[in-house]
Amino acid sequence: MDHFARLGLPAALDLEAASLDRAYFALQRQWHPDRFVAKPPEERARASIEAAALNDAYRTLKDPLSRAVYLAELKGVELPGDGKTIDDPDLLMEAMEAREELHEAPSSEAIDGLAAKARNEMNKAMADLGSLFLANDKSAIRKTLLRLRYLDKFAEEARARRMNIERSRA
Amino acid sequence: MTLLEIHEPGETPLPHAGEGSLAVGIDLGTTNSVVAIARESVPAALHDELGKALVPSVVAYPAAGGVLVGDEARQVAAAEPKNVVSSIKRLMGRGAGDVHAVAGVLPYEIEPGTGETDMVKLRIGGKARSPVEISAEILKALRQRAEEALEKPVERAVITVPAYFDDAARTATRDAARVAGLEVLRLVNEPTAAALAYGLDKGSEGLYAVYDLGGGTFDFSVLRLEKGVFQVLATGGDTALGGDDLDRAIAERMLAERKRDGLADQVDEAAVKTALALARHMKEQLSDRDQTSGRLEIAGTPSFHALTKSEFDAMADALVERTLGIARHVLDDAGMTAAEVQGVVLVGGSTRVPLVRTKVAGMIGKPPLTDIDPDEVVALGAALQAEALTGGGDTLLLDVTPLSLGLETMGGIVEKIVPRNTPIPVQLAQDFTTYQDGQSAMAIHVVQGEREMVADCRSLARFELLGIPPMTAGAARIRVTFAVDADGLLTVSAEERTTGIAQRIEVKPSYGLSHEDMADMLYDSMDHAEADMTLRLLTEARVEARRSLLALEAALAKDGSLLSGEERTAIDEARATVEAAMAGESRDEINAAAEALETLSKPFAERRMDRGIREALSGLSVGELENRVGE
Repeated sequence: MDHFARLGLPAALDLEAASLDRAYFALQRQWHPDRFVAKPPEERARASIEAAALNDAYRTLKDPLSRAVYLAELKGVELPGDGKTIDDPDLLMEAMEAREELHEAPSSEAIDGLAAKARNEMNKAMADLGSLFLANDKSAIRKTLLRLRYLDKFAEEARARRMNIERSRA
Repeated sequence: MTLLEIHEPGETPLPHAGEGSLAVGIDLGTTNSVVAIARESVPAALHDELGKALVPSVVAYPAAGGVLVGDEARQVAAAEPKNVVSSIKRLMGRGAGDVHAVAGVLPYEIEPGTGETDMVKLRIGGKARSPVEISAEILKALRQRAEEALEKPVERAVITVPAYFDDAARTATRDAARVAGLEVLRLVNEPTAAALAYGLDKGSEGLYAVYDLGGGTFDFSVLRLEKGVFQVLATGGDTALGGDDLDRAIAERMLAERKRDGLADQVDEAAVKTALALARHMKEQLSDRDQTSGRLEIAGTPSFHALTKSEFDAMADALVERTLGIARHVLDDAGMTAAEVQGVVLVGGSTRVPLVRTKVAGMIGKPPLTDIDPDEVVALGAALQAEALTGGGDTLLLDVTPLSLGLETMGGIVEKIVPRNTPIPVQLAQDFTTYQDGQSAMAIHVVQGEREMVADCRSLARFELLGIPPMTAGAARIRVTFAVDADGLLTVSAEERTTGIAQRIEVKPSYGLSHEDMADMLYDSMDHAEADMTLRLLTEARVEARRSLLALEAALAKDGSLLSGEERTAIDEARATVEAAMAGESRDEINAAAEALETLSKPFAERRMDRGIREALSGLSVGELENRVGE
């Protein structure tokens, strides 16, 4: 059973956070191991497996990027594993320049600015994904997802860097 | 023994008659522990005869023999410092290697010969003892307090742990409960328990934070509440940061002042413990006044020390700032800002320090929630959850993993399998492959932590997957599965999938109890079995006698008129005898007195029964009577 089906939701890129939460909470009320404390071991084991699968589904679908990657994989788009080298020359160039900018950023405000720019780019790319999925353009989906993954990682790096700066100041 | 009893329909004169064994909530704290019970969603901490709820988490193995816990253990500290352990929670699940790092901070003698990766053992009272054994003594004392207060056997508990406790520490906590004869219904994270105690699940919706600064640990958690669901969004903390650090700072200051004044002290363990006790007292005084002073006596030489609130605040400032830094990090993890937090709950005795309250209020921009005693709030929440788990409640706790879990890959790099703040229970798998042609084994090294390099993370377990059939490099598919259960405990398994020959190894992390350790401990508890059994039988005899007295009292209040003056006097005398025997230590005396009372009150019970029947039959017509008999 795929993650969407497990939560009783349509397999779509757009998913309202509130409806995902609602579906997840309702099913966890049914399957969480706390509901099975006094039950026989087989039932407890079953509940634990169900609850774990629900958590996996929730965690995968909650974050828009991980949801998009998952949906793409369901549709047969093959993505390289996380942390593999980038095979798109344009993206490689963009990444190198951005990283350089980040390392030269003088203040946490400057870093916040770079992170905001990355988030903005992410929002644009996410918006593009919708029509690409509609057109089922697998190679464009792949290209966009790889770029999104990179941008996400960049935002994370910016965050870590800002925290480092704050820590060394304190 | 049973007295003949007649109850009004629907009226049960004895409290909790018919209930089985009870489930309690236990806050097993670094400095203090508390046991509590909830009935119909109303939690209450269980007090001792003096009305104290806090049991100092101190265990003594006095030279005279036996084991003391709490205030009694603390009293031994001055005379026999080597036989007393406090703050043992800091060592739960720690390896000897970890403890060398804090040596000098903790006045413990580490058992020599403990390997770096084994669970640490301390040399206390001339014997090697593990943190699990020592914690089990605290749990036994709490269990006994609960059984005496509730007059019922207590065999099940919800025990709280810091959200930041790693897998080894959780396993150690469960093991300690097992040694103490308690079935753990669930390990619940302390912040979650605190939020439960505040009833934040009822009606409150939105984002809440829990700031928990105890004696030895700090935790900060962000929870989202929605219609009875507690969802922990992110949690973080430091297992070696707490109010004890403040005591130490004050104590060091006093010792430095003595040195400055030319006192040549031999600062031995007893002196350190005396200075720490005074420091704690001074710290507590500064919670509601601007200055304090203390008299410290070491080896017969007294000295006097003054401390103002602003001096103390200056000492505490760095510590509080560190906690706020962690708090900001956790908020960031949750993708939230301080302004979005609707309320912050304060937990732990150290949150009584005014500077803590001011600074937390400053960060969140709202006054913190402090209505419930910060020392009891966690145990109260645990008790509510214990009741919910045994009686069925509607609240749902959705907890997360506090730290990332992963594997060592080539070059000592960590591959994270379960990222931190993943909701639990969870089962996640990742495929790995072989590195060399014909490789027949794969080493699997499980680590916990946020750093990228294995060397910077905490090693949890190592095992080897053997018998991989010969294949070219990269052809094998080895699936490694991490399963974290609802208590936050991890199991790792691995199997080779291409050949259909499934290899499967389950591993429990190191630092938990090895089977030998467990056997030793059980053996050790057998050594004490006789004393334990005697105490248990005595407690049971007291409980039974109390029950009979209560039943008889209820009967006398209702039908006392059935007795002649003489009979009444005889029964009252027998009751007094039972009371006196209960105050003593002899089980046989209690049982004999109780039996004498039963024999004496038997005619009374029979008369009450007759009256009950007469009353039931009076006023009935013959026809009605026949109907009744026919029923």
